[in-house]
Amino acid sequence: MSDSLTRRSAFEGLHPIQVEGAVTVAAMPYATRFSFRGDPKAASACSKGFGVMLPNALLKAETDNGRTAISLGPDEWLLIAPDGEVEALEASIEKALAKQHHSLVDISHRNTAFTVSGPKAETLLASGCFLDLHLSAFPVGMATRTIYSKADIVLWRTAADTFHVELWRSFVPFVWGLLEEASSEL
Amino acid sequence: MLLIPCPHCGNRPELEFRYAGEAHIARPADPSTTSDQEWAEYLYFRSNPKGLHIERWRHVSGCARFFNCVRDTVSDKILKTYPAGQPKPDLAELVKEAGQ
Ligand SMILES: [Zn+2]
Repeated sequence: MSDSLTRRSAFEGLHPIQVEGAVTVAAMPYATRFSFRGDPKAASACSKGFGVMLPNALLKAETDNGRTAISLGPDEWLLIAPDGEVEALEASIEKALAKQHHSLVDISHRNTAFTVSGPKAETLLASGCFLDLHLSAFPVGMATRTIYSKADIVLWRTAADTFHVELWRSFVPFVWGLLEEASSEL
Repeated sequence: MLLIPCPHCGNRPELEFRYAGEAHIARPADPSTTSDQEWAEYLYFRSNPKGLHIERWRHVSGCARFFNCVRDTVSDKILKTYPAGQPKPDLAELVKEAGQ
């Protein structure tokens, strides 16, 4: 019997999704992720510890130096940083908050992410996403929790033709399968 | 698809929301002195109107906040949504604004 756990990617064994000249769906590397809850005062303290200004406006992503803060709700943010920074960030955020009322939860392993990019990225995501994804309605830098088919996702537009999709790792086979099927019709 | 105006996120597809019953129903402050009848009314009795209804919704697959909504149960038209905690709006005023 093994006495250690081996981390396995949620994307292991899935077929690549790529339609030449149209769209590519690619798994993102592991990352550090936190769910942060608190009032505006706690959020501004958290910004100092995290190194990125937590956006006050809703449905916005703010990125600086490889770290991203997304405002999901009036008192809820998703923080994303490179892999392996959980302990260091936890310490610096807790120090900056200095016992102010808040909640900081490590969700690095609960979530995973992939990107959908290419001229048909919008079309592919529209197969299961009910929001208006046109650039005028969903501009670069906008991010929100929504649904793809029946799975909760966080959708973040990082470029005109690129979306970052965050989701719970157990939803990956479901969402990936639907995207694969939809991509065959592009 | 029906679009519901979340007071935080704006117009969003109804599939992102969950219904959560009639709004502005206060829990009795002291349940130990509440009669069975009063407790039953708090738990189960609802106004169920044909027309304007003030109800709670939760934008569960969005900002995840609960909020309140004034909806016409006949036409399904939503007259107003507002964050939880705000007072009940004046329905006569809303009807006048909507020009009904
Ligand atoms: Zn919302």
